[in-house]
Amino acid sequence: MLTDSTGAQHSRQRDLASETALRGTPETENILQTVTKREKEQAKGMKGDLVFRYLTTCFAFSILAILALMLYEMTGESMPSIRAFGWKFVSSSDWDAVQGVFGALPYLYGSVVSSVLALLLATPLSIGAALFITEIAPARWGTIIAPLVELLAAIPSVIYGLWGVLVMAPWLQSTVQPFLIEHFGFIPLFQGAPYGVSMLAAIFILMIMVVPIITSITREVLLAVPLSQKEAAIALGATRWETIKMAILPYGKSGILGAAILGLGRAIGETMAVTMVIGNAPNISLSLLSPAYTMPSVIANEFAETTSKLHGSALMEIGLILMVVTLIVNGLARLLIWSVSKSANGGAA
Amino acid sequence: MSNKVHLEEVNIHFGKTHAVRDVSMSFPENSVTAIIGPSGCGKSTLLRSMNRMHDLVPSARVTGKILVDNGDIYGRGVDPVSIRRRVGMVFQKPNPFPAMSIYDNVVAGYKLNGRLPREEANEIVESCLKRVALWDEVKDRLKTNAMTLSGGQQQRLCIARTIAVKPEVILMDEPASALDPISTLKIEELIEELKTRYTIIIVTHNMQQAARVSDYTAFLYMGDLVECGETKKIFTTPEQKRTEDYITGRFG
Repeated sequence: MLTDSTGAQHSRQRDLASETALRGTPETENILQTVTKREKEQAKGMKGDLVFRYLTTCFAFSILAILALMLYEMTGESMPSIRAFGWKFVSSSDWDAVQGVFGALPYLYGSVVSSVLALLLATPLSIGAALFITEIAPARWGTIIAPLVELLAAIPSVIYGLWGVLVMAPWLQSTVQPFLIEHFGFIPLFQGAPYGVSMLAAIFILMIMVVPIITSITREVLLAVPLSQKEAAIALGATRWETIKMAILPYGKSGILGAAILGLGRAIGETMAVTMVIGNAPNISLSLLSPAYTMPSVIANEFAETTSKLHGSALMEIGLILMVVTLIVNGLARLLIWSVSKSANGGAA
Repeated sequence: MSNKVHLEEVNIHFGKTHAVRDVSMSFPENSVTAIIGPSGCGKSTLLRSMNRMHDLVPSARVTGKILVDNGDIYGRGVDPVSIRRRVGMVFQKPNPFPAMSIYDNVVAGYKLNGRLPREEANEIVESCLKRVALWDEVKDRLKTNAMTLSGGQQQRLCIARTIAVKPEVILMDEPASALDPISTLKIEELIEELKTRYTIIIVTHNMQQAARVSDYTAFLYMGDLVECGETKKIFTTPEQKRTEDYITGRFG
C-alpha cells in the first residue's frame, strides 16, 4: 500500500514537470531555440562532412587518374615507334636519327648495368650503416646519425653530378682507373683507356646516391624487429654479432631486400647525375672504364632536338619502358617492406 | 641441498627508479623457486638480473652480489655471454625464431659453440624435444617453420632451445601466462620434470601456479623482499602480515 502511494506521487510529480515544460516559459522557449539551432548547425556540419568526403575522394582518385592517363598517353605516343620496330627496338643497337632507325639496346644495357652494380656495392654498405645506427652505436649517436643520413637523400642530384664530373671523374682518370688497368687489366671489366667519365663513374655516383635511401629504410626495418627476438638470442648466450646474424637479419630479411629494390628503382630512374658523369656514348662494352649511356640520359639529351616524329616516338617508348620497369620495381619493394612491418605488428599483438 | 644461486644485498636502479631494494636470498640446487608479487613489484627485474639481461638497458644499474656456484656474475672480467650460457631464460611470450624450422630452433643456441656435426645435432634435437614432451607431436615435421606450432607448443620449443645449451639454471618469466589452461598444465608438468636436472627460478603472478610447482617461494612487494621460505609454509603459515594479505587475495 505504502509503496503504491509513493509510486503514484512520483508519477504525478513527473506529470507536473512535463506540463511545465510544455507550457513554454520564456526559458524553455530559449532552450528549445538553441536546441533547434544546434540541430541545424549539426545538419550543416554533416553536409560539410559529405562535401569534404567527396572532395578528398576526388583528389585521391585524381592521382590514380593521372597515372592511368600518363600510361595511356605514353603508349599512344610510342605507337609509331612500336609499330615501326617491334621487338627490334630493344634488341638492336642502331640509333640513327638521320636514317630514322632506332634501337635502344645500349641505353637498356647502360641503365641495367649501372644500377645493378651500384646496388651491389651500396647494399652491404647500407646494411652495415643501418646496423651500426640501430644496434651498435649508443642510442644518442643513432638519433644524430639517422636524420643526417636521410638529409643526404634530400640533396638535389645535380649537385652529386656536378661533384662527380668536376671532382670524382678527374680523380678516377688520374688515380683509380690507371691503377685498375695496371693491376686488373687482365679482367675484361678493366680494359681500355682511362677516360674519367665512364660507366664506373656512374656506378660510383649512383652508389653514393642510393646508400642513404637503402640505409634509412633498412634502419626502419631493423627497428621493427621485436625486442623479444633479440632477447631470445641473447639469452641463449649469443654475442652481439651472433644476435644480429641469428635474430635480427633473418627477421628483417625481406624488408632489407625491399629496401635494396627501392634503391634499384631510384638508381634506374636517376637522370641528371648519371648524364653528367657517364660520358653519353651508346656503347655496349664489357669494360667499366668506357663511357656508356642510360635510358633517362638519352631522353634528357635528345628531347629538345628530335628530328622527326619517329624520333620523338622512340624517346617516348624508352620513357614507357623506364616507367613500367620503375613501377614494377617499386611495387615489388613496397610489397616486401610491407610484409615485414605487417608481421612485426602481428607479432606484437 | 646446496645453494646454486645466492643474492646478497641486490639493488637495481633504472635511472632514478629504485626497482629492487636490498634483496638477499638463496636458490637451492635442483629445486623450483617461485617469485611472486603484484605487478610492478620488481620480480621480473630481479629475475633478469640473474643472467645479466639488464646489460642491454643503458640506464639499468645492478649493485650487490649475485653468486652462481659462489662466483659473482657481476665480478670484474666476467663475460656476460658465458653467464647466459649457464643461466638460461624462458620468456613470457613464446619467442621462437620465425625464420627457422623447428629443428633449427632447437639447435640455434647450441650451434653458437661452433660447428655441429649432423649426427650430434639430430641427437640433441631428439633428446631436447623428448624432454619437453614435444617430440611425438612434431617428429614428422621437424623441418617445417616453427611458427606453425600452437602457442603452447612454441613455448615448449623455447624451453627445448634453452635446455639444448645445457644450462645449470633456468629462469622463467611468467612462462605460462600467455597460454591456455591445458598448455599451462603441460608447462607445469614439464617444470616438475626439469627440476631433477636444473635449478629453476620462476616468476609468476599466479599464486596457484606458485603453490603447485614450486618448492620455495619468495614474496616481493614494491621492490622489497617481504618473505621467502618453503612454499608450504609461505602458503599456510606466513610470518608477515603482508604476505598473508597477498596470498589470501586481500590486495594485489
